[in-house]
Amino acid sequence: MKVAVIQFPGSNCDRDTVHVLKNSLKLDTQLIWHNEFDEKEYDAVILPGGFSFGDHLRAGIIAGHSPATKGVRKMAAQGKPVLGICNGFQILIEAGLLPGALLRNTTLKFVCKWTDLRVEADNTAFTCAIGKGSRIRMPIAHNEGRFYADDDLLDRLDADGRVVMKYVDENPTGTSRGIVAIANEDGNVVGMMPHPERASDAALGGVDGLGVFRSMLEWARC
Amino acid sequence: MLVGDVETTLTPEEVEYARRQLGREPNALEWSMIDAEWSEHCSYKSSKPVISQLPTSSPRVLIGPGYDSGVVDIGDGYVLTMHIESHNHPSAVEPYGGAATGIGGVVRDILCMGTTPIAFLDALKFGDITKSDHSKWIMKNVVRGIADYGNCIGVPTVAGEVEFDECFERNCLVDVACLGVGRKNELLLAEATHQGDSVFLIGGSTGRDGIHGVTFASRTLAADTDQERSAVQIPDPFTKKLIIEATLAVNQTGIVRGCKDLGGGGLVTGLSEIADKGGTGIEVHLEKIPIREPDMSSIEIMISESQERMLLVVKRGQDNVLREIMKKYGVACARIGEVNSSGKITVTRFGKPIANLPTTFVANAPIIRRAARAPKTRRVAREPELPEDIKKVLLNLLASPTVASKEWVFQQYDHEVGVRTVAKPGQADAAVLSLPNGKFAAFKVDGNALFSELDPYVGGASVLAECCRNIISVGAEPLAMLDHCQFGDPNDEEIFWAFSMVVKGIADFAKVLSLPCVGGKVSFYNQDEVTGKAIKPSPVLAVLGLIEKPEHVTKMAFRGDDETVIVVGETKRELGGSEYHRLMGVSGVSPPTLNFELEKRTQAAVLDCIRSGFVVACHDCSKGGLGIALAEMAIAGSRGASLNLTTLASAQMRDDELLFSESNSRFILTTTKPNQVLKILAERQVPSTIIGTVGGDSLHLVLRECEIHCNLSEMQDAYMNSLQRVLEPWQK
Repeated sequence: MKVAVIQFPGSNCDRDTVHVLKNSLKLDTQLIWHNEFDEKEYDAVILPGGFSFGDHLRAGIIAGHSPATKGVRKMAAQGKPVLGICNGFQILIEAGLLPGALLRNTTLKFVCKWTDLRVEADNTAFTCAIGKGSRIRMPIAHNEGRFYADDDLLDRLDADGRVVMKYVDENPTGTSRGIVAIANEDGNVVGMMPHPERASDAALGGVDGLGVFRSMLEWARC
Repeated sequence: MLVGDVETTLTPEEVEYARRQLGREPNALEWSMIDAEWSEHCSYKSSKPVISQLPTSSPRVLIGPGYDSGVVDIGDGYVLTMHIESHNHPSAVEPYGGAATGIGGVVRDILCMGTTPIAFLDALKFGDITKSDHSKWIMKNVVRGIADYGNCIGVPTVAGEVEFDECFERNCLVDVACLGVGRKNELLLAEATHQGDSVFLIGGSTGRDGIHGVTFASRTLAADTDQERSAVQIPDPFTKKLIIEATLAVNQTGIVRGCKDLGGGGLVTGLSEIADKGGTGIEVHLEKIPIREPDMSSIEIMISESQERMLLVVKRGQDNVLREIMKKYGVACARIGEVNSSGKITVTRFGKPIANLPTTFVANAPIIRRAARAPKTRRVAREPELPEDIKKVLLNLLASPTVASKEWVFQQYDHEVGVRTVAKPGQADAAVLSLPNGKFAAFKVDGNALFSELDPYVGGASVLAECCRNIISVGAEPLAMLDHCQFGDPNDEEIFWAFSMVVKGIADFAKVLSLPCVGGKVSFYNQDEVTGKAIKPSPVLAVLGLIEKPEHVTKMAFRGDDETVIVVGETKRELGGSEYHRLMGVSGVSPPTLNFELEKRTQAAVLDCIRSGFVVACHDCSKGGLGIALAEMAIAGSRGASLNLTTLASAQMRDDELLFSESNSRFILTTTKPNQVLKILAERQVPSTIIGTVGGDSLHLVLRECEIHCNLSEMQDAYMNSLQRVLEPWQK
């Protein structure tokens, strides 16, 4: 499997993600500058965290309408795994690949902390190796990561099994129904606010994030 | 003084010296260039004779003070670079932009050495936020400024300290240290060594922000500070992020010969320093500089401190390689001049020479020897009465802003980005970061304005002792330090005396420890013109340590019920300058003494215990004394302990002294092998005492006069939530 991690101007979790995929999971991974991205070369794509285009205008909106998203859209349509982490999730929403909106945290502050999560759906490309109902720990780090949708959409996402992860116990950002990760209808496109690449080394606090990337391999196999 | 038409901060002696050296009358642009470069901020003209006492070399130091960053060899072909900066005056006027551009500046110091920035630490000092809405406003915006900037450029802010004192009400201190990592063979220097090389300006355009920023920083703040916002630069972290990427990429190509951050003093400082260090000259063409406003004068262009700009010296004939890389990252670049052998900095505009000054003359301001005088009398205060409810005092102290958890601050900082933060804020005495050679860096900043006010010599040395203890506590060996001295107006002889004594204290103890100082900063004029009040002497030190093996990384939390708790060092009746005295509103009692040899021996012995694998948790015992240190270990581990402190007490010692004395040379260790630990300590002649074991859900302390019993939940509430209660009473 060949994975692309797209580097937008202002991405800052790009190298961290590549580091985990390459060194911890021994995956063939390429860090690719946004306007050099050719989707035909890859089996999966990850949009990393950061502040693409400085979050100017609105977080993720410029990257979400940049030429690189055309390739991402194609891969999504082909059923290939597409993951947006943090700013990547914001980009996927702005690109229209995922529904809802990511608003400013209710605390009106950036928040960086480890959080307890529950996997709500395991029929996605990034949770199929983890198992529904699993409790996992990963850090969040964002200012605009409060997933928001109206009740109709939330009910539909719930009913369709597209809510992928939720906070348990505490909801530090005020997100709707505690939702921190959602999927598209086919389950191959996932956006998540927590950072799996930061939870991929026991020395750094935990390894639950590795399950997210391993799922991508599992998904490609079947 | 006014020279010609130019308002400068130069003294009449400096003006005379300049005329004599040049043998002619400089023009207005030249006077402005001299003024910027000879400002206290850029030239260290008052502080140089004092800070030269600091030891600066060791086998590991590759580059010491005098460059943008200090460089320390960590083996395996890797180096760490470190630097500290403050942005006190700008933050006092415009806290958000002032703090943001402060970290924007220090990151360039790391970058221009050819190394990658990997961590920020910040030492912040504010007025009393429990009493002042102004200080709350300053604090919230300083923290948000650091967060928005640091988070965006993807450099984690991993540790720091925050102190609150009324003396910082109108002069907050915002210090940021940055750590970088790189390969030894890719190091760059801020030098223009080869004639014919191109001088490029990359990054943002030059505008009218930050005009006179260095001279603004080299005097006291005026009554109406609102008028001085134009001296504060405008932060643009997105451009900075692109500059970081582009600079690192261009450095990989080998075409860059030198690199210099443009900060204080703008192009004047940047150009004159690289030419002076390289022993060359530079001709710069002002019309090539991208400017934000078309009618900017030559003076404005030369001294503007617009952010997000770097100077690159590029090997002759390689201009296009640079241009291609800058194009990829969308970073503007302009070839603004070339290196020559003239020994002069020559400024031209549309072919017409408009300034021509020898680089050694501009870059080396005449030293000012200032008078220092010890204050005659010192107020001697009485100890407060022994409080009746000592448990309540402990909880109040845990909740006091300087002691309380800084979670409200560090949760706003992305401290995880880079996936190398092994010890995170609040978990250990220092930040621990994994390095590419399999080792770990430990980094911490510390200060102590209370000790330094009461006895600047002991205060300076004690700050170094505490910072080193924090480094030792995480299992690291101290390698190098940065000093940052912040004082009031140096024209005041008592202030200059305090400055001299603080530096002497640091220098004397650093020599005992063989710890080199690889860089630093001096910030004077932290004084309010309206009230005439200066800040307390505020040395801040950053110490870098190295951990060789992952198993040596040690945190502070109580971890298991079988752990024995050992207090290392002697607790004396030394409440002077303590957080307890601050809480009780007492000041004027002498601070704790510091025995240099004992402190050194204790640190070495504790590091030995950790490296021998016998230590589970380790915590430095400083601010707040034993009571606070033990509570912090319990809170961090969500685990109580049953401890008897009576054997630590000397005759006549009161319980408040036992619990809150801030005697130096102390640590708290937990271990499952107490005999081995005691043996190592005894061999080194370091006093130590077993005080009990970890366990339960409360901290039970047996004192001389009473026993106290604190539930984890009440300690957690006092410690974790109090800052938020003060700053955002509406949350939760």
